[in-house]
Amino acid sequence: MTANEPSPHHLQLTRDGQLRHFLTLDGLGRELLTDILDTADSFIEVGERTIKKVPLLRGRTVVNLFFESSTRTRSTFELAAKRLSADVLNLDISTSATSKGESLSDTLLNLEAMASDMFVVRHSQSGAPHFIAQSVTPGVAIINAGDGRHAHPTQAMLDMLTIRQHKGGFEGLKVAIVGDILHSRVARSQIRALNELGVAEVRVIGPGTLLPRDVESLGCTVEYDMRKGMKDLDVVIMLRLQKERMEGALLPSEREFYRLYGLNREKLALAHPDCIVMHPGPINRGVEIESAVADGPQSVILNQVTNGIAVRMAVMSMAMSGQLADRQAKQAEEGRA
Amino acid sequence: MTAQLDIDRLLDEMEAGVRRILSERQVHSPVVIGIRTGGVWLADVLSKRLDIREPFGELDISFYRDDFSRIGLNPRVKPSSLPFDTEGRDILLIDDVIMSGRTIRAAMNEIFDYGRPASIILATLIDLGARELPIQPDVTGKVLALDAHQRIKLRGPDPLRIELQETTS
Repeated sequence: MTANEPSPHHLQLTRDGQLRHFLTLDGLGRELLTDILDTADSFIEVGERTIKKVPLLRGRTVVNLFFESSTRTRSTFELAAKRLSADVLNLDISTSATSKGESLSDTLLNLEAMASDMFVVRHSQSGAPHFIAQSVTPGVAIINAGDGRHAHPTQAMLDMLTIRQHKGGFEGLKVAIVGDILHSRVARSQIRALNELGVAEVRVIGPGTLLPRDVESLGCTVEYDMRKGMKDLDVVIMLRLQKERMEGALLPSEREFYRLYGLNREKLALAHPDCIVMHPGPINRGVEIESAVADGPQSVILNQVTNGIAVRMAVMSMAMSGQLADRQAKQAEEGRA
Repeated sequence: MTAQLDIDRLLDEMEAGVRRILSERQVHSPVVIGIRTGGVWLADVLSKRLDIREPFGELDISFYRDDFSRIGLNPRVKPSSLPFDTEGRDILLIDDVIMSGRTIRAAMNEIFDYGRPASIILATLIDLGARELPIQPDVTGKVLALDAHQRIKLRGPDPLRIELQETTS
């Protein structure tokens, strides 16, 4: 019997639909997303104990493979792996010189020789985690920690967990994502997750120069005027103005951006009184959000960080679980052959 | 067979056993922890019978199982909830069925991650033998030996009943 190679679309799922890599939210249904959130909920409780550790990934090696630096994402992945009792190796690798394919392959071969069980990959190139998942030795799980402008699925899922905690669910919610959508992999993953989980409306708010072409096709409405866009909102997600990605003159000035699209108390007052304020961090105070709002009673920004650890624990243990299931299925098949 | 598994008689037996051991060990205010799912139902029943007013804890041992490598993560894992500080307390740990002893090992590992209890007393409704670890209940409602084709399961919570299944294989 020949094992069917899974199509790229199902690269991240086992044959019976379990997670085995976590690369993108595309192709993952509501049931699986809800499973991730439920599992993360259980891990939140672990983070509140005296000893914040469970033995699920004991003796396994997780490599944080960061081709692009990110302190928060890397440290929450590291903490998540450690709370699962895994051994963690942090590698910050710059993407210089040699062609991407070659350097990646070489790096991978070396890491596989260290008997790693999981790679957490952050890369400036869209699709790098997919490439790694396709070429890596079977049994090694790949987790996408952000790739180019493509996706940042754990960030989106921690946002979903935060929304569910504060709103009880997704039905009927009106959610806006504000700011630099064009450069944001987070926004793409968020729009996907919010639609799959069944919110009433996803609204993107920003200047035309910072919205991708055909943004509506992602499954959202568009509003250029933030004051209009704040109406009836249950959740407002502010994005960081990605200064380091800003190529060309997409904006007149930061001050102008803040005046039009910065979230201050006056604009927030136009939303529902219980509207929560989210931000993936790090925040630029006075550029996209006023300090009084970021630190205010409607802000759940620090909850997002805590939830990030729980979501990453959930995704890592589920992917490892899927890899083990795969291995067993394969062994059973070989036994029958 | 069904008559022997009258749940009320087993619960009477369990209650009497727990009372006996609590008095022997001079434990006056134990906290009750049930292991999901059956153990939680029993923790509820026994708390009432023993007139223990302090809310009981619920333990989900999914993150502590020793067979993750073989069967993976339980997709229906729920958060454990211990609404009290376990440090220095006497714990009455309750489960429905004990067999290999692996569940109890996992449960004790988890309990110690919340703090260091003064003592743990283990009470189970049914002891099926077939132990794989040196772990024994202090109290048990009934010791049973099943045939290879028989399975037993506690159903509940209301009403609680014991189901003996005959498997075909």
